[in-house]
Amino acid sequence: MREPSLLELRGLKKYFPIERGFLRRVVGHVRAVDHVSLSIDKGRTLGLVGESGSGKTTLGRCVLRAIDLTAGEILFHHEGVTTDLAQLNRRNLREFRKHMQMIFQDPYSSLDPRKTVFDIVSEPLRINRIAAGKALEDRVRAALELVGLDLRYMKRYPHAFSGGQRQRIGIARALSINPQLIVCDEAVSALDVSVQAQILNLLKDLQEELSLTYLFIAHDLSVVEHVSDEVAVMYVGKLVEQAPTRQLFARPRHPYTEALLSAIPRPDPDQPLPETGGIEGELPDPANPPSGCYFHPRCPYAEQICREQEPPLAEVAPNHTAACHFADELALQGLEN
Amino acid sequence: MMPDALLEVKDLHTYFELEEGTLKAVNGVSFTIRKNRTLGIVGESGCGKSVTAQSIMRITPKKNSSMRGQILLHHESGAVDVAQLDEDGDEMRDLRGRDIAMIFQEPMTAFSPVHTVGNQIMEALFVHGERDKRAARKRVIALLDEVGIPAPERRIDEYPFQLSGGMRQRSMIAMAIILNPRLLIADEPTTALDVTIQAQILRLMKRLQRDNGMAIMFITHDLGVIANMADDVAVMYLGKIVEYGASRQIFNDPKHPYTKGLLRSIPKFGTTIGKHLATIKGTVPVPLDPPDACPFANRCAEFIAGACDVRMPAAVAVAPGHSVNCVLYE
Repeated sequence: MREPSLLELRGLKKYFPIERGFLRRVVGHVRAVDHVSLSIDKGRTLGLVGESGSGKTTLGRCVLRAIDLTAGEILFHHEGVTTDLAQLNRRNLREFRKHMQMIFQDPYSSLDPRKTVFDIVSEPLRINRIAAGKALEDRVRAALELVGLDLRYMKRYPHAFSGGQRQRIGIARALSINPQLIVCDEAVSALDVSVQAQILNLLKDLQEELSLTYLFIAHDLSVVEHVSDEVAVMYVGKLVEQAPTRQLFARPRHPYTEALLSAIPRPDPDQPLPETGGIEGELPDPANPPSGCYFHPRCPYAEQICREQEPPLAEVAPNHTAACHFADELALQGLEN
Repeated sequence: MMPDALLEVKDLHTYFELEEGTLKAVNGVSFTIRKNRTLGIVGESGCGKSVTAQSIMRITPKKNSSMRGQILLHHESGAVDVAQLDEDGDEMRDLRGRDIAMIFQEPMTAFSPVHTVGNQIMEALFVHGERDKRAARKRVIALLDEVGIPAPERRIDEYPFQLSGGMRQRSMIAMAIILNPRLLIADEPTTALDVTIQAQILRLMKRLQRDNGMAIMFITHDLGVIANMADDVAVMYLGKIVEYGASRQIFNDPKHPYTKGLLRSIPKFGTTIGKHLATIKGTVPVPLDPPDACPFANRCAEFIAGACDVRMPAAVAVAPGHSVNCVLYE
C-alpha cells in the first residue's frame, strides 16, 4: 500500500475582511486563498508558483497556522496518526509546531541581529523544551554541521555573515528540531546566482538525508522546476493547475501556466522571448475578481462560457488537474529543452 | 574608436572612503556603448555594476566618493568628458535626461510619493525649457499611452501608490524617455516584477529602442534577461570587467572561469531536475582594499598560485570583439 501523504489540505480558505469607515464595517473580503486542496507525499517537494498577489505566501502561512484560516482542513499524517491542524488549540498547536518549520526569503530580516548564531539556532529547541545544557549544544552543533557552517561561528552575530551564510543559519534553525515539513517561502530568491546553487544543493542533500518534505513557494520557475517533484499553480487565490513537474512544463493544460512558461527569459540568445503574444494586463484585484474564470480577461483563448462560469478543477490526465473549460481541447505550448 | 560609439568609458575608478578602508566599487573599467545597441552588464551583488551606472550619471554620493578615468559622450561635434563636468553644474543637469536617462529597480522609491505621476514626468519638460503647460500635459498623456498605460488621461493625475508595480515601471520609463535621450541606463528595471510583467516591460523597451533609436545600458544579475536584451555583454566581478563580448560569444563560448561558473550554476529546464547544480565555492567578497590581482582568484577552480594572485591579468582578445582577463589565455 502506498504511504499516505504527509500533508493534505482540504478546502483551505483564508479571507481577509475589507473594513471601511469609522465603525470599521466589513464591506467585502479579499479571498487570498480560496478553496485550495492539495497534498504532499513524505520526502517529496511540492512547488507552489504564481504571480505576487496569487496567495501562495498566505497559503504557506496558513499551513503553519502562522495566521488563522477561515475554513478548511490541514491534515498532517505522522506515525499513523492524523491531526487536523485547523482544529488544534493554542497549546496543542505549539506542541505540534516542532514538526513544521519555515525558511524565509530575506536572510537579513529573518534573523534577530541581537542574538548569536547559537541563540538563533537553539531557539526552537528551547521553546519546545526539547533539550538543555550539553544536549542543547550538541543539537546546535549537529544542525550547523548539516548546513555546512563552521562551528567556530556559534558565538557570532548575524551581521558578520554573508547572505548565503545567513540563509544557512536560517536553515539550521529550521532543522534543529527535526521537523517533518519545511515551508520554503522564496528561500533562494534574495541570493546571488552562485550562492543560490549552493543553497539549492544543500536543500536537496538535506531532503535525502532526513527525508524532509518541502512546500517550496517561489516565483522563479526555473528554480521550481529544478527542485520540485510536483508543481501547483495559483491564480488569485485559486489552484488552477497541478501536475508532476516534467508533465506540467512539457504539456501545460491551463492557459495561465502556458503564459507563465512563455514569459521566462532563457539564458540563451538564440531562444529570445517571443516578440508578440504573451499575456497582456496584470493580476486582477483579489477584492474584486472578474466573473467566471478569473483568468478570462487575460486569456487569449477565452470564450463566452469563461466569462460566465467558473471552471472546476478537474482531472485531465493521471495525476494532472486543471481548472479550464477547454483543458482537453487546447494544445498549449510547453517548454522544449 | 568605433565609428558608432556613443559612450566610451575608459579606465573608470570609483572609490568610497570608509572607516574600514577604501571600497573600490569600480576598479578600472573600460567599455564602449554603441548607438542603438544594448550593452548588458551582468554580475552579482557588489560587483560594481550599479556604481558604474551612477558614475556615468554623476550621482554617486559626494561625501566620501572619488572618481577618475574618462567617460566620453560623443556628439557629432566632438566628445564631452562627463567625468570632468561639475556634477551640480548646468552642463551636467542639461545632459541628464536629454542625453542620458536612467531607470531604477524600485519605481516606488524613485518617484516622489507626494506628487502625481504626471507632474513628475512633466517636470523634466519644464526643467529643459518647456513653457506651455497644456502642451506638456498632452505630450505626457501621449507618452503614457505609448508605454502601455491604459486610460492615460486619468492615470496622469494619480499618485505613484495608486499604480501597480508594472504600471509604475512603465511610468518611470515614460519619464526617462520623454526628452528622447540617446542612452537609457536601466539598473535592474524588471527585478522586482513578476515574470509576465517583466516580459511585457522587456518587449516595451525593445520597441522603444527600435522606434526612438536609443542605446541601452542594461544592468542585471539575471542571465536570462541579459540573453534576451543585450547585443554585447560585459561580465563584472568585484569592480572589474572579467569578460566582454557579443551576447552569443558570452553565452555559447564563455572563456572566463567566473562566466563559465555562473552559466553552469543556474538551473536549466529539463536538464538539471534531480541533479546537483554546479557551484562556485565561497561567496562574493567585499572589495575593501582588494589586492592588485585577479579578483576571482580565491574562488576559482583553476587557480594557479604565483600567477593569479600576483597581478591583474590584461584583457586578451580570444576572438574578434571577445576579450577575457584571465591568465589561462595570456
